[in-house]
Amino acid sequence: MLERWIEALLTLGRHRTRSAVTAATMAWGMFMLVILLGASTGLRNGAEFVFRDDASNSLWIYPSVTTQAHEGTPTGQTIRFDLDDITAIQRAIPEVEYITGRFYPPDELTIVCDGRKAVFPVRATHPDHRHLERTEVTQGRFLNAIDLARRRKVAVIGLEVAAHFFAGREALGQTLMIAGAPYRIVGVFDDIGGENERRMLYVPITTAQLVFAGGRRVDQIMLTVPESRISEGERVEAEVRRVLARRHGFSPSDPGAIRVRSMIEQAAEIRGVIDGIELFTWLVGLGTSLAGVVGVGNITLIGVQERTREFGVRRALGATGAQIVALVVREALTLTVLSGGAGLVLGASVLELLGPNLPANELFRDPRADLESLLVATAVLITAGALAGGAAAARASRLTPAEALRG
Amino acid sequence: MIRVRELSKSYRVGNHQLDVLRAVDLEIERGELVSIMGASGSGKSTLLNVLGLLDRFDRGHYELAGREVGRLSERELARTRNETIGFVFQAFHLLAFKTAVENVALPLYYRGVPRRRRQRAALEALESVGLREWANHRPTQLSGGQQQRVALARAVVGRPQMILADEPTGALDSETSERILGLLRTLHAEGMTVIVVTHEIEVANATDRLIKIRDGKIEHEG
Repeated sequence: MLERWIEALLTLGRHRTRSAVTAATMAWGMFMLVILLGASTGLRNGAEFVFRDDASNSLWIYPSVTTQAHEGTPTGQTIRFDLDDITAIQRAIPEVEYITGRFYPPDELTIVCDGRKAVFPVRATHPDHRHLERTEVTQGRFLNAIDLARRRKVAVIGLEVAAHFFAGREALGQTLMIAGAPYRIVGVFDDIGGENERRMLYVPITTAQLVFAGGRRVDQIMLTVPESRISEGERVEAEVRRVLARRHGFSPSDPGAIRVRSMIEQAAEIRGVIDGIELFTWLVGLGTSLAGVVGVGNITLIGVQERTREFGVRRALGATGAQIVALVVREALTLTVLSGGAGLVLGASVLELLGPNLPANELFRDPRADLESLLVATAVLITAGALAGGAAAARASRLTPAEALRG
Repeated sequence: MIRVRELSKSYRVGNHQLDVLRAVDLEIERGELVSIMGASGSGKSTLLNVLGLLDRFDRGHYELAGREVGRLSERELARTRNETIGFVFQAFHLLAFKTAVENVALPLYYRGVPRRRRQRAALEALESVGLREWANHRPTQLSGGQQQRVALARAVVGRPQMILADEPTGALDSETSERILGLLRTLHAEGMTVIVVTHEIEVANATDRLIKIRDGKIEHEG
């Protein structure tokens, strides 16, 4: 078997210039395909980086001011959410996966611990908040329902906060003073959202409402739906509007009463654009590779025409038509796979070398051709090579040995 | 060895049909040394091609070594060419990019013989035609006579039952021709069936039986 492939290689070597030019075309096609695939992966990674911090299947809902009169109520009414809105949404829309409110404490709260002072942002939320912000608890626990029910003064602090106050010491169980009130630390968290997120402190929303005289006020509601499809997000958004409109007496069609930021829609739009770019990339890359394959096909066809008499001799000596086809296909495959493989390896190497050294950019990160794409490209390469060779060889195999010997 | 009945073959040239073989009847026994002679265009090469399974025929029956050729599949035809027939062509038809020994070994390659055994058998065949020391030379480095001897070695390397030689001395000088004919006679003496197509009376006279062909029909046997 190996002998046959070596013979194919030697045959290509007999026409060095012709083989080299064809190989260069093929290699360039594959090189470009891999580079383009890497670029589209870089774009996709960039998009995923943008959404790394937040659940991409989430809706963020803010109260605002009505812009439509409704059942005797004039426009310009300020809407305010409260804890009951969250309960109402949970009851009316069972497919809501996680839901949390956010209560905004005053800005610039001073945090004190063991005589050291610092200003860190404080976020007052429900326990489900950690699913929406992808908060990773590294020690202890996150907020829980009992914390909220008993309005406990507990806090979950970010790694930066822990490092600031407790460098080298255990933070769990320690007490922090937030705006003059003592809070026991029950957890430490990390957040891939970056330094700002790790400078955060989480406290129970009900505790913050009590401490900062917020009553039952909620400044923002965030929820997730199980399927991150636009249609699902739109349906849940309409349901949320209907529930809140009924509770707060505004028109469900009033676009101004509440503001909804749909991460589902944003993520889907970006993914749609990237899918389009990726498809375009494949088309351009395969088109370029196809040019190489056509080149291989042409060269093989010319070779077959030149070698008709040789095939006649081989058939006279006992080769079948199928063996002649196999001979030509092997040569085309050898040329395609070696040159295309070289382009593929070169492209992947360039991505591997350049990718990590490109400047950090939110829109383009870590370009690389993934294994699946490389396997698909290789399969395309092999199939194309076999087809190019097979098409050319079919002509030769149709001749009788006598016809082939006449050349 | 060969039984041919009412064998016909024609070609289409434009709107005309050219009858190249017309109801040919022929019998050649195992171990015969036969020449087929005819003028250019008489159909002798086409007959040789059909007898050698290199070309198809349109009508009639052809039985080779007890097998009806018309019923053989493409694979069986290739196998029969490989195992039963050895060819010698006027133009030698050696592969220019292969050495003499590689050319000679080619029929054994298609028979699936392992490389070392192929090499050994090919060297023995070259030895039998006196070209052992030229084994690693390419055809372009050999004279016409030497190339034809390499072709003869390739024809016999697989020990076929029959040698079909198409104008084997057509491209050679008289001295070299005589040497080639001598080799063919040696093969015949060893029990091989040898059929030579020629237009040279000297070559025909060197065989035991002469078949004359004219306008696609057997004209004379003697």
